[in-house]
Amino acid sequence: MKFNEVGNRLYTGETSIDFVGRRKLWYFISFIIIAVAAFGLFGRGLNLGIEFKGGAKFNVPSVTSVEDARNIVKNAGVETSVIIAVGNERLEIQTPPLDETEIETFISKIATDFKVEPGLITTQSVGPSWGADITRQALIGLGVFVLLVILFLTAYFELRMAAAAIVALLHDLLITIGVYAITGFEVTPATVIGVLTILGYSLYDTVVVFDKVKENTRGIIAQSRLNYRESSNLALNQTLIRSINTSIVALLPVAAILIVGVGILQAGTLKDLALALFVGIAAGTYSSIFIATPILVQLKERQPEIQALARRVHARRVNAGVDGPEGMKITGSPILANQLMQAGPRTQPKRFTRSKRKKS
Amino acid sequence: MSAANRARPGRLLILITLVLGATILWAFWPGASHEARLGLDLRGGTQVILTPELAPGTEGVLTQDQINQTVEIIRQRVNGFGVAEAEVTVQGSGANAAIVVTVPGVNPEGITNLLKQTARLDFRAVLAAGNGIEIAVPSASPSASPSVSPKAVVQPTELPIQAATSDELYEQYLSLNCFTPGLLQGGRADDPTKYMLTCSKDGFEKFVLAPAFITGDQVSDSQASLPQQGAGGWMVTLDFDSQGATKLSEASITLSKLPSPQNRFGIVLDGLVVSAPFFSEPILGGKAQIEGSFKAEEAKQLSQVLRYGALPVTLNIAESTSISPTLGQDQLSAGLLAGAIGLILVVIYLLIYYRALGFVAVFSLIVAAGFLWLLIIALGRSIGFTLTLAGIAGAIVAIGITADSFVVYFERIRDEIRDGKSLRVATELAWVRARRTLLAADFVSLLAAVVLYALSVGSVRGFAFTLGLTTVIDVLVAFWFTHPLVTYFGKSSWAESGGILTGVSRKRLIAGSTILNGSDK
Repeated sequence: MKFNEVGNRLYTGETSIDFVGRRKLWYFISFIIIAVAAFGLFGRGLNLGIEFKGGAKFNVPSVTSVEDARNIVKNAGVETSVIIAVGNERLEIQTPPLDETEIETFISKIATDFKVEPGLITTQSVGPSWGADITRQALIGLGVFVLLVILFLTAYFELRMAAAAIVALLHDLLITIGVYAITGFEVTPATVIGVLTILGYSLYDTVVVFDKVKENTRGIIAQSRLNYRESSNLALNQTLIRSINTSIVALLPVAAILIVGVGILQAGTLKDLALALFVGIAAGTYSSIFIATPILVQLKERQPEIQALARRVHARRVNAGVDGPEGMKITGSPILANQLMQAGPRTQPKRFTRSKRKKS
Repeated sequence: MSAANRARPGRLLILITLVLGATILWAFWPGASHEARLGLDLRGGTQVILTPELAPGTEGVLTQDQINQTVEIIRQRVNGFGVAEAEVTVQGSGANAAIVVTVPGVNPEGITNLLKQTARLDFRAVLAAGNGIEIAVPSASPSASPSVSPKAVVQPTELPIQAATSDELYEQYLSLNCFTPGLLQGGRADDPTKYMLTCSKDGFEKFVLAPAFITGDQVSDSQASLPQQGAGGWMVTLDFDSQGATKLSEASITLSKLPSPQNRFGIVLDGLVVSAPFFSEPILGGKAQIEGSFKAEEAKQLSQVLRYGALPVTLNIAESTSISPTLGQDQLSAGLLAGAIGLILVVIYLLIYYRALGFVAVFSLIVAAGFLWLLIIALGRSIGFTLTLAGIAGAIVAIGITADSFVVYFERIRDEIRDGKSLRVATELAWVRARRTLLAADFVSLLAAVVLYALSVGSVRGFAFTLGLTTVIDVLVAFWFTHPLVTYFGKSSWAESGGILTGVSRKRLIAGSTILNGSDK
């Protein structure tokens, strides 16, 4: 079957993936990922850049080998350092915190040995408390943002949707941070920026999906053909193509940043930012489909009127002989699209275009 | 039908053309700079982030007033340093305030040491005062040895100069020219127990000053006020603590009897004289007022300086970064390359997947990118917005998020067509539904941008600003450009014919589904 045909069948419900019903599987997958992430986070910890622990960083345009560079740095009086070759023509030297005079002497010493002009050596020096300040600010920002988003989503949707969206958001953040812990990629302020951007994007995705759920479940109490779970699952299937497309379109530019950042610059803002974004956006797409909506359905099914609806739908199906009579089980069986087509606001008669009417 | 359905697409297109035209005018206003302001990481230079803190041993909290005063002091130092295009900005407030100093060039010698010096406030008796230029020694003077011309005395290269006796300073005083570049920066060590040679802040006067008789921490308060009788200009009142009051009365009793300029005293902030009033009478109660032809603003500034002295601020160097111009250039080209690749990938995807409709999306992306570019230029000039590498990354990420808006809209159109609507009706119904989704989703993005901008410093801030800007552009372009264009598209007979290249082919949109085919027959 062609891709566009899959999209068409997903829209009607003829092809339906039971996202909501198989939630335990998705939760389990996420649980494993987050467990690994937590293991990495508490085991290895994050590889914090000098911005967070204090220190100095020098970028030297030189083709000297890392081994020789280590000796040069030792001769300049700095014992412990991390030296990374960046591209073919640059070396990055990280040292413990140095004061301003020490930095000036250090530069003039290594400049002679590396045979470069001191003015071409790029330096960055960070006091140890500054990183703590940035982190605290970022956490405060996160807190304020989550609070405002809950207020907004509660006003626009409802409290349960806001709660489900926030759970999905935290899920994405945890996974992203975990990937950094496991891969050992350096965490810099650019990484923090990337992580904070995920806040916006992850919610953007969830809002798009929830908007469809909201539309499909409008006036759902007044009918007895579909229960809440089936309506939301249909919404997920109907927006699936859209979710895939928006994610691809969002990931393409991020992939471009990642390729250029890793391939050409090999270090710095672009790489640090793009990896966080890439993981975050991928996790954001996954969570808005596999986590946010199933959690929403679970929360909704605690409401008495949604439970009553499920019972009515079930009783009706038992009468019609399409479902077994056992208990009050809320079924997740595939549903026929025409049941939905007859429900809700989308029941206008089909209209034909003028040209078609003439032909028929 | 809602208002949007009645809105005429032609009018919206004219509207966005006007807005675009106005933005072009704004960005390319004749005579102004037409280039984006590049951040330090893209053009090279040195950036030092300083966090102000109350000096050890002082109690209280840092007020906005003091932070502003500190910024003023640093600005004076940096401007006096003689580098062009230096910038001093403050980000955040209160305990989280950070002062960001950006200067071109890599590691300008001593800049960091100059910046972190704690500024002192002292009151010193004036021993000699004159115009801030070289003073020729009278040739008739019998005491002057003919072999020593004043030119032979080396011009001071930094101020203030301090010495144990005033005599040592006197010859340098004569030859001192306050307008020598680099002299008026302040920020050098200032020992209150020594004599001092320095200039007024504006360079018009030079002074030899005695050791301090009152130090800044002995000033308990200072206010700018208008005299009760309403006569005269503004004045500055001063309150001293008990120690300061005693010293003030001693000094004023002695100094007020002396002739000018020895009856004057210099109020020295950060090594430069901010004001040098004279004692008209002994002051005994620990309360003084400085009268003169102050304008309101001058009086307020002086009182602010005097209040600052009570609680000197220490500056910690939180971060200092220096980037060479070649690395900056590399980063800029890498950023632009990433942007170009990202844009091309998205364009290809949109064209393959949405065909003719994809063209509408590509045009919209180009218009959005154009807006962003124009605004970066215009805002760089008007509010000092600088484009950093993080900002470029933000703009690239925004390509995807803007294109997402079109995907949401287009998928809606396809849904409506599957439901059997004509293309013309589908584009309008889909817009009504997609519009709400877009506004909600973009609102969340904007919220993230605003919160990040308000609560962060440094590069995060530049990124947040770009993200917020692009979100607003996204909404604007979707409402005033993409939607009217799609409306025209929907009205065209070619698109309605449903050919495979239109991207809205009914045949393709119901293929494979028995239900859709059934309902259509």
